[in-house]
Amino acid sequence: MDKYLEMIRIRFLMMLAYRTNYYTGILIYSINIGAYYFLWNAIYGGKSEIEGLSAVQMTTYVAVAWMARAFYFNNIDREMAMEIKEGKVAVELIRPYSYLGMKTMQGLGEGIFRLFFFSVPGMVVVALIFPLEFSANAATWGMFAVSIVLSFLINTQLNLLTGITTFFLYNNTGLIRAKRVLIDLFSGLLLPISFFPGWSQEIMQYLPFQGISYIPSMIFTNGFTGSEAVEGLLLQAAWVLILVIPIQILWSIAKKQLIIQGG
Amino acid sequence: MNAIEVNGLRKEFKAYSSRPGLSGAFRDLFTRNYKIVPAVNDINFTVKQGEMVGYIGENGAGKSTTIKMLTGILTPTSGQVMVNGMNPHKERERFVQTIGVVFGQRSQLWWDIAVQESFRLLKKVYKVSDADYNEHMDHVIKTLDIEPLLDKPVRKLSLGQRMRCELAAALIHNPPLLFLDEPTIGLDVLVKLKIREFLKEINEKYNTTILLTTHDLTDIEALCERVIMLDEGNIIYDGALRSLKEKWGEGKEISFEFLERAELARLQTLTEDLGAKWEMDEKDQIFTALTGDDDEVISQVIARTVAAYKVRDVKINEPSTEEIIRNIYEKGMMHHG
Repeated sequence: MDKYLEMIRIRFLMMLAYRTNYYTGILIYSINIGAYYFLWNAIYGGKSEIEGLSAVQMTTYVAVAWMARAFYFNNIDREMAMEIKEGKVAVELIRPYSYLGMKTMQGLGEGIFRLFFFSVPGMVVVALIFPLEFSANAATWGMFAVSIVLSFLINTQLNLLTGITTFFLYNNTGLIRAKRVLIDLFSGLLLPISFFPGWSQEIMQYLPFQGISYIPSMIFTNGFTGSEAVEGLLLQAAWVLILVIPIQILWSIAKKQLIIQGG
Repeated sequence: MNAIEVNGLRKEFKAYSSRPGLSGAFRDLFTRNYKIVPAVNDINFTVKQGEMVGYIGENGAGKSTTIKMLTGILTPTSGQVMVNGMNPHKERERFVQTIGVVFGQRSQLWWDIAVQESFRLLKKVYKVSDADYNEHMDHVIKTLDIEPLLDKPVRKLSLGQRMRCELAAALIHNPPLLFLDEPTIGLDVLVKLKIREFLKEINEKYNTTILLTTHDLTDIEALCERVIMLDEGNIIYDGALRSLKEKWGEGKEISFEFLERAELARLQTLTEDLGAKWEMDEKDQIFTALTGDDDEVISQVIARTVAAYKVRDVKINEPSTEEIIRNIYEKGMMHHG
């Protein structure tokens, strides 16, 4: 376990080595939250609530969804694709650790860094500018914490899956980009799932995406309470377990037919 | 105990070929032509603990593929591999704990962070105790002279500096077996010498087995008593470097520089009965006699030539390992053993 903790620390150091990325990140997220705030204000246009969410809840939803994204989002799929394409994966395989485990830890290191240096201060700033509503209930905060850890896991698993496909496709830049757009849309980051048309809500119930953003954000804004929130957490946990299976299968096939690029 | 045991090892790759033209490109979308190419073709060899073995061959001969199978990165198509008593790709995580690998063309240090941070992570990864680390690595760091580089990020290091750090990184857990895949590629002479010295030292000190691939045969000459030579996936020679020279290094070259004008034809007739062949380098006026290995013949050739012309300089050369190996490749090497 020591080595995995050390990897988180190293990732922290790497994030610090690239400060510009960090600053531009803050800027982009603030612009996004601002834009969605004004957009939703216009949509609400004086209505007190839509689909069971008040305007203030909606603003909070948008702000929390983006700040949570800073935690669960990572680029390990792109990194894996690059390591595989350039043959660097060879170096990873001569080390006594699990490659996928290490990648997950790198993602976690990145996530924790952004949570503390980005999401928390960002949230304070956003709360000063826009009217947000924070729950005073400790249980809500606790469930939210569990929920974003689960969303990190689901998102990372999807990234690992996309990353592993590089072993078979050699060039999957398009797939990675498509996956990103898909997750932003279907996870409920841009639009709460309850706003989607009925038939698509039906479909999305059977997909893992809502576990990434919709469930934690709804818990935070008290859109889900009590049994609804617990159900949400269970759904997330179920997806974490289910996704282990395709990852393990693909990984074992990939290792067998691995070709190291570039000699 | 044998460090490496390889039996009938084979690795095949699919080599895809594209059809020509636009219609060909469309057809490639659905089905693709491929050939199965063996990169390593049923090879056998063993390496004893503590041996330093040079693994040589032309580009694409299958050296790197073999190393990747021996280190557990690639799964063999068929055959058995036992390294340090384990099956590399079956027990990868436990196995790699017992080996060190340096890929000359890839860095295993983290690019953006200081060298010592990489070392610290690797120390954790290999579960090396503080006491072991300090004792062993202090020495390594001192010998390779990388103390002043430790707090610099890897991307700021020169190739020679980086390579020394890579070597140190591969040795953090003091592995009994070390794979070096072109460790001296692109390095200057001084760094090369330092690395060779260092390898010799750890081999003596810890009885470390070293398998080395390189295109620089001076590396092999300096380090290895045994060479394994690979050509198109087959082992064409496996044995002592010295007997390779004896078997394939045919004859000697005697070069003369004369004080006066000499004629090739006259030299030729002078030594005709000895079977020497003369060549002339027009530019430098150097005349070279190619003879057999017989000492008597060589001395006769020199005596007759010196009697005929005034001589400024004489050199007797053995063909270098490089020439021998070039010869072997050119001849295709059908008769091995």
